[in-house]
Formats: sequence, C-alpha cells, structure tokens
Amino acid sequence: MSATTEPAAAVAAPSPVVRQKSSTWRHIRYVLSENPVTLFAAVLFLCFAAMAIFGPAVAPYDPLASDTIRALEGPSRAHWFGTDQLGRDILSRVIVAARIDLGIAVASVALVFAAGGLAGLAAGFFGGWVDAVVGRIADTIMAFPLFVLAMGIVAALGNTIPNIVLATAIINFPLYARVARAETITRREAGFVDAARLSGHRDGVLLLTQVLPNIMPIMVVQMSLTMGYAILNAAGLSFIGLGVRPPTAEWGIMVAEGASFIVSGEWWIALFPGATLMLAVFCFNLLGDGLRDIVDPRRRT
Amino acid sequence: MRAVLMRLAGAVPTIFGVVVVTFLLTRVLPGDTATYFAGPAATAESIAQIKASLGLDQPLPVQFWRYLVALGHGDLGMSLTTGQPVLKELVTRLPASAELTLCGLFLAIGIALPLGVLAAVRQGSIIDHACRIISTAGVSLPVFFTGLLLVYVFYFVLGWAPAPLGRLDTFATPPRPLTGAFLIDSLAIGDFETFRATASQLALPAITLALFALAPIARITRASMLAVLGSEFIRTARASGLSGPKVVVTYALRNALLPVVTVLGMVFSFLLGANVLVEKVFAWPGIGSFAVEALIASDFAPVQGFVLTMAILYVLLNLGIDLLNRAIDPRARRAA
Amino acid sequence: MTAPVLRVEDLSVAFHTRNGVVRALDRINFAVDAGQTMALVGESGSGKSVTAYAIMGLLEEAGKITGGRALLSGTDLVACSPRALSRIRGRRIAMIFQNPRAALNPIRAVGRQIADVLLRHGGATAANAKQRAIEALQAVGIPDPARRANAYPFELSGGMCQRVMIAIAVAARPELLIADEPTTGLDVTTQAVVMDLIQAMAAETGMATILITHDLALAAERASRIAVMHAGHMVEDCDTATLLAQPRHPYTARLIAATPSATGRLEALQSVPGGLPDLRRNDLPPCRYAARCERRAEACDRVITMRDIAPHHRIGCWNPLEQAA
Repeated sequence: MSATTEPAAAVAAPSPVVRQKSSTWRHIRYVLSENPVTLFAAVLFLCFAAMAIFGPAVAPYDPLASDTIRALEGPSRAHWFGTDQLGRDILSRVIVAARIDLGIAVASVALVFAAGGLAGLAAGFFGGWVDAVVGRIADTIMAFPLFVLAMGIVAALGNTIPNIVLATAIINFPLYARVARAETITRREAGFVDAARLSGHRDGVLLLTQVLPNIMPIMVVQMSLTMGYAILNAAGLSFIGLGVRPPTAEWGIMVAEGASFIVSGEWWIALFPGATLMLAVFCFNLLGDGLRDIVDPRRRT
Repeated sequence: MRAVLMRLAGAVPTIFGVVVVTFLLTRVLPGDTATYFAGPAATAESIAQIKASLGLDQPLPVQFWRYLVALGHGDLGMSLTTGQPVLKELVTRLPASAELTLCGLFLAIGIALPLGVLAAVRQGSIIDHACRIISTAGVSLPVFFTGLLLVYVFYFVLGWAPAPLGRLDTFATPPRPLTGAFLIDSLAIGDFETFRATASQLALPAITLALFALAPIARITRASMLAVLGSEFIRTARASGLSGPKVVVTYALRNALLPVVTVLGMVFSFLLGANVLVEKVFAWPGIGSFAVEALIASDFAPVQGFVLTMAILYVLLNLGIDLLNRAIDPRARRAA
Repeated sequence: MTAPVLRVEDLSVAFHTRNGVVRALDRINFAVDAGQTMALVGESGSGKSVTAYAIMGLLEEAGKITGGRALLSGTDLVACSPRALSRIRGRRIAMIFQNPRAALNPIRAVGRQIADVLLRHGGATAANAKQRAIEALQAVGIPDPARRANAYPFELSGGMCQRVMIAIAVAARPELLIADEPTTGLDVTTQAVVMDLIQAMAAETGMATILITHDLALAAERASRIAVMHAGHMVEDCDTATLLAQPRHPYTARLIAATPSATGRLEALQSVPGGLPDLRRNDLPPCRYAARCERRAEACDRVITMRDIAPHHRIGCWNPLEQAA
C-alpha cells in the first residue's frame, strides 16, 4: 500500500549488480542494526516460513480431528488456543493453515511478478503499441475496486484455490506493470542499454541481460510489499466463502467460523487465527519497508 | 460546468472498459451458466436448448450487443435466490451500503487528517510516533477481524453496542424512506429516537471501516504535510510573520491536501472492497451482503450486477475526486 | 551619527547533524544603517544565508544560535520569543528569496497573499485589504494590477513573481529588507529591473537593505558597503570602492580576481584555489581560509578577531595584503 512508482536511481555502469554486492551486504547489515523493527520482521518471517514448511509436523494435534466432547473449550494447557465448535485444536489449525495462506500469497505474487513484470518491462522497453496495450489493461483493472473485481473473477471462473491465486494476481497486475515500466524507462535512459546495443546485442538479449537484473531489486521490494495485501485478499475471499472450503484449516475461514461464536463470548475461535493473519500481514509490510530501505535508501520515510 | 461535462465525457471509455470486462466475466465459462439453469438432470440437448434461449449460441459481438441493450434498459437479469430483478435489489440496498461507507470514510478523514497534520507539525513527538505506528499497523488489519474484535469488546463484554444484526433493531420501524439513509431520513422527520437507534447500529461497522481507511490517509497526510512544510513558500509565509495557524492551515494544509485527495481514489478502492466484508460481519443489508449471499448460492446475475455497480460507482467517485482536485488546485483548473 | 538599523554582535550558529556539529557561523559582527544597501558576499556555503535566517529566526530545526545578539533598532531578535518574532517578521524586517515562483504559495492568488501580510501587519481591514493589495501591486510596477491580483504564481513570469515577492516584503514598510540572491535565476534584463525596484522601494521608505549574493559584480554595482564571508567567518568589511580598489584580505583579492568585469579580459580570471574547509571538524584552524591561503604565516595560528585597519575598514587576517601606494 505504501508502494510508490517513482523510478529509483539510475545506475550507469554496465553490470552494477555484481559490482555492488559486497557493499550491499554491508548496507543490509547496517540497515538491520539501525532498524530493529526490520530485524524483528525478518525473524517473524522466518517463524512463518517454518510454520508453512513444517506445519503438519509440529502441530500438536490433527487439525481435522474433531472431538465433540471437548468442543468450544477455552485456552487451556492441553489446547493453548482452545478448541472450536467441533472440538478441533485451534493451535494446530492455525499452524497448519500457514502453508495454504502463505502458499496462495506466494503463488499469486510469483504469478503477477512474472506476468506484470514482463509486461511492464516490454512496455517500458519497446514503448509504442505494446506500452499502449499494457497501459490500457492496467487502467481497466484499476477502474474496479480491486477486491470486488477479485470477487467477480472467482465467481466467474469457479470457486477454486487456483482461481483465488489468479484473481489475486490479476488485481495486482497494474502495480507491477507500472513499477517495472517506470524502472525500465529509467534504465533505458541511463545509457548502458544503448552502449550494449551498439556493441551488437539484440533487443531480447538486452532486455533479459541488461535491464531485468537491474530492475530486480525494486521488484523484489514490490513483492514483499504486496505479499501482505495478497494474504489479506485471499483471506478476505475465503471469509466470504470463496476459494478454500471447510473443513480445510485456513485463517480466513477460521475467523468466519468463529464469527458466530463471538456474540456468545467464545472469542478464541476467531481471535487466534485472526491475530495470526494480522501478524503475518504486518510482518510482510514491515519487511517490505525494510527491504525498500536496503534497496533504495533515499526513499526512506 | 463545462469542465465537469468534459470530465464526464472522459470517463466514458473507462466505463466502456468496465462494461466489457463485466460482460467477459459472464461469458468466460458459458457452458456453466446453461448447465446451471438446466439443473442436475440435464441432457446435452436440454443444455443446448437453454443456451439458445439465453442467446449463448450467438457469436460474441452479438451477445455483447444484446448485453449492452439490456443494460440500456436497466436490465441486469433476475436474481434466482430472491426472484427479484437484480437492479431493483441493488437500488433498494444501495442506500444502506452508501450510508455505511460514507460514515466510515468521513470518520476516517476526520481522525486521519488532524493526526497526520499534527504528526508533521510536531515531528518526532509522541503523536508522530503514534501516527507512524497506526499507519503501518492499520494497513495490516483484516477488516473482518477488527469488526469481530469490536463486536466482542463493545457488544459482548461492555454491552455498549447493540447486536451486530443489521441497520435497525428488528422491532424498530425504519423511517419513511426519503434518501434511504436512515440517519438523514430520521432527522428529516425529527424522529430522534430512530436516529439514535440507527447511529448506535451504525457505530461499530463504521468504526471498523474507518480504522481500515485511516492508515493510508494518515500516512499520506503526514508525508505531504512534511514535504509542504519544508517548501520555499512556507518559508516565505513564515518570513512574512503570518500567524502559526495561518501558515499551517491556509498555506500548508491546503497544498498538502492535493496528494491526499489523489490518494482518496485508492482509499475508495479498498473501502468498497472492505465494505463487503464488514457488511457480512454485521449482517448489514447492503449490496455487499447481497452479492455474498448470491455468490454462495452460485446465483450469477446479482454478482455481475454488483461488480458492475461497484465499478461504475468507483469511476464516478474518481470523477468526484478529480473535480475536488480542480477546486483546490488552480493549475488543474487552468490546464483544461 | 545615527544608531544603525541592525547591529549584529558575535553571532554564532551551529547545526547539529547526524554526522557531527557544523559550526556554520562563528562570531559574526556587522551593522547596517538606515537607507544603506550593504552586501554580504561569499561562495555558497560561506554562511551568508545562514546569517540571514539566524537574524530572521527562521533557522531550520537542526540550527541553533549558540551566541551573540542581533539588535534591530535596539530589539534583540535572538532573545525574542517565537511569538514576538513572528510579529516583527514581515512588519519590521522582511526578506525576499531566490526562485520567486517557488517562494510564492502556488494555489493562492497573489493578491490574497499580499492581503494576508497587510491584514497581519499593515493595518488593513477585511474590507479594504483587496484594494490595498492592488495598490501594492501597482507600487511594484505590475501592469493591470486589479486583474493580476487574481492571478496565481504559475501564470506570472519569474520577474513578475519577484515583484510580487517585493510587494509582500515591503507591504508593512519594514525597517530592514534582506534580499537573498534576489536575481538568481532571472534573465539579465529582469535582474536589473528587479534590483532597480528594490532600490527604489528602499529610497522611498528609507529602509536598509542587506543584499546577499555570490556575485561580487552585482554587489559592487548595487551596494555602498560590502562584507565578505568565508566558511562562516566574516573576513573583510568596508565601503565598496575601497574594497574593490584595495582589498586587504587575501580571500577578497582572490574573489575580485575571480569576478569578470566589463573591462577586464576573460583570460585574466582566476578561480579561488581549494575548497571550503569541513566545518564539522573539531580542530578547525583559527583562520578558516588558512588552508587555501598563499600568505599563511605563523601569526595565523592565533585566534582571529575582526580588527580595524583603517576607518570603517575591518579585516579578519593577521597577514593582510599591503596597502597599495
């Protein structure tokens, strides 16, 4: 949400990425030591990654096993986060859900990174009708309230997880295409592309060897900044009953299931998955801000 | 006035794009619609027959033309679940959504603007830190979750708020419809009891939306106030000895509002989406919950109508933002 | 002799930055008489503008006045509360800046910007403020002032904008006008017109003017007295004719040699060697020009104070140039 589209500094040397490597590490260490918040976000990120990878192995209970005798129990020593209406262990469900929630977000961000990034790259590099078409598509997507468009896409394509991924990717397309386009134009104007062209390289080669590596850092920042939004978006869709279906453990659905118990005071069913969701989004937003400081120190706020 | 018309004309291609996309969404899997209409016991022939009767066997341009003609007549199809025309459903439910969204927005602006301004004027103060924390944490909040938290605290624990079950208590009678916004309608007839009841039902969902919209507004207000306060014309105003409030409000804030107004477009995009979730949490009888109910029942026409309505509303809101921008910025006025 | 309008005594300013304390001004002394135009001349970074901002009380957050006084007809501006200062600024002391278009509020009609100042200081009432603003525009020579009062800065030329700035500055008839590079960025003919206007306004109201410029030629043409600044020190201060003919500080001499004149040849131009010292250093030499100076001597290690070497001619140098015969 804090994404900006101004181009970052133009780098003029032919392969600045390699040359800067050692100073980049120093800079990363500097940023992390100067900015404990980013360090905190990085640690949190590792925790979430571990949850996604090892989730089922570390969960204390089977996330789908119901035990109706112990239904709707509050947090206790046996069930740290309590149990839900079917007696399932909420802690286990929260842990196992990390994989699907983060999986959807990662898949959609990867998808839009590839599609939006390449479209923006082509638009910025070739200009002309390519630029016009990409711009038109981005504008049309932006003409919709994005979550509403995602709802419509999932409704039309069918209520499945791949379609949630696709919809989330589509609504992020304009952002990626614009950033990639702006960055490409700066790089193109920086001159080293012209230099490479004069020495006889073809456009496609140029694009992939000269421009792409140089816009990579800023695109990675973009990915981190949109991860949080992608998670929110997917969880929102499943909260209203799209995509992931019960009894699968997923944060949005778990909050939805807990919603009806809030008014009768069983707060833990919705609170723990909701808080975890919030923490995950918060983590990615902080991480994105931190990465931006590393990649582009001048844009600090 | 001419400028307004020019801008309206400029929005036509965008609306056309929106209509095309909504049309394409309905035709992505044309087989499904017919199969759905035909029911579970359908044969290949009966599906084909239904396709023909729905015009789905026609070439796409013909279908699009028919879709346009139907739109021109205000025909968005029928809702299978309620048996009502989609347009009628949307029109009856729109005021509830609009009242909620606008209350949330005004609340957000009312808090975020002063917060952002104070944070910028007193840079490094507690308010500044609060503003930065709120604007980072605020964008991380899942609205449906904050809504539930508020319900738990203010309804279940404290008992201050009424049950999250719509716009009015089931036993209360809504005011005679005038604008459809209960707050305004009840005030118009001087029914303060209904006004109070409406306001108390509205409070939690509106606060939920406001918490969500607050963050980006506060963030951009702070950033643009900081930029403006460092600018040369503010130095001139200070060098001229203008009073503090004059410098901050008349000189700095009005200039700082330009980026804020621009960001409102993005805020609306988020707000209209968040509205759907909040309506579900609070059983708010708006167009969002209508669409959600239809979605779950695989009732497609209302979803399409909803997406189209929201998109057109959004285009119009952006138009309004543009006009607001012109009202503030003489450069934008003269450029036309 | 009348008391000067402004007397600056031992004014020192430091900026606290992340990378250390910048001693931007060190014990600056000078005075300006009513009606006089005095120029503050030096390279960028020499502390001319900092001097002006310190006097105005407009230093940015990191800048602090660490010592000295600035007496405006007896009122010590350094000791004034922010509130009292804001009543003095614009009324008794005013300032104009370079890049006039950016110095004006872009979304407020210029007439209203003048009216704002008149309402604050000039005794205008809500009823007559607009009319008084139009008169002020007329006084600075803007044609068709009634129409131009409704114009926005982006609709006016740079020269017009600087006239508006002057109108704002002199609206309340201040005792002192500080013009900070008022002609930088304007084209040559406009520069002359703007300077003529400033001097005409000064002559009419009797206000003193401090002209801040890096352009020694402009100072020579417009000011009756020139004070030369270098790296936060004042190095030489005397009347224009003497300074140009017989500079005593080596830096002044270099500066004159680096300034093109109408009669001189371009090949004769010399740039000043070296750069300004790093003002964050804790071991700054007493003379901040020492590192660049070809006349450096042992005596230069003593603490420098400005001293009179002739009536109304002060320098801050232990080994000055000889007086030409």
